[in-house]
Amino acid sequence: MSLSTAIRDVAGVTVIDLSGRITLGEASGKLRDTVRGLLASGVKRLVLNLGDVSYIDSSGLGELVSAYTTARGQGCTVKLLNVQAKVQDLLQITKLYTVFETFEDEATAVTSF
Amino acid sequence: MVDARKLRLNLESTLDSVEAAELIVQRMAELNGFDEDEVHQIGMGVRETVANAVKHGNCYRPDKTVSFDASIDEVAFQVTVIDQGLGFAPDTVRDPLQGENLLMDSGRGLLLMRAFFDEVDVGPCAGSGTRVRLVKYRTKGAGRTTQEEDR
Repeated sequence: MSLSTAIRDVAGVTVIDLSGRITLGEASGKLRDTVRGLLASGVKRLVLNLGDVSYIDSSGLGELVSAYTTARGQGCTVKLLNVQAKVQDLLQITKLYTVFETFEDEATAVTSF
Repeated sequence: MVDARKLRLNLESTLDSVEAAELIVQRMAELNGFDEDEVHQIGMGVRETVANAVKHGNCYRPDKTVSFDASIDEVAFQVTVIDQGLGFAPDTVRDPLQGENLLMDSGRGLLLMRAFFDEVDVGPCAGSGTRVRLVKYRTKGAGRTTQEEDR
């Protein structure tokens, strides 16, 4: 299953709805290109909606971290929404839960900036 | 009839091989009584191992292959992956859980292998390349002697 992305604006916050798997190869590249494109357009508040992301490997985790650090370097904040159980487990194992702010509902995520 | 307990393959150094290895071990695990979480963990650990072999070991070179050997018995699921790269010293990998390393955009594959398998041995292969052996016991502690479990 490849990765698909859809971009929405919610009250001045950019939300990327991601669907599929974020793994080594095309999917990681697609996430990178999407985030960098938004940063280039001046986005400063970004939510990655992982509600339909069933699987992330170490490369995908690296891509999330890269999105976070690249965005931070350009004055943009990245937060995660609807992290599924198996992905949440990975955030625990890798301690990335200490890096990312995560939310279970979109309204709270959007108003948190 | 296909034996779902043993499989030996030579894989091309491609991303398709990574996907294939993951699917194969997941199916083997399903057919041999591992539960859903274990199937997921086995698939992910093997995926990380083969991805390292293809990407870092063989550098996607078409003239190099990845040796893949999987077997299941009453005690454990064992997988051995050997690449044809220049070798790899696991103690040179920065700990991805420490301080600024948390923000590295790579280097978590070995951590995930160790999280999902009970034993992970990484070392040089005779000749060249790296050999990774993964073992996942059917139940936690299985394969150990009673004396060891009592300690």
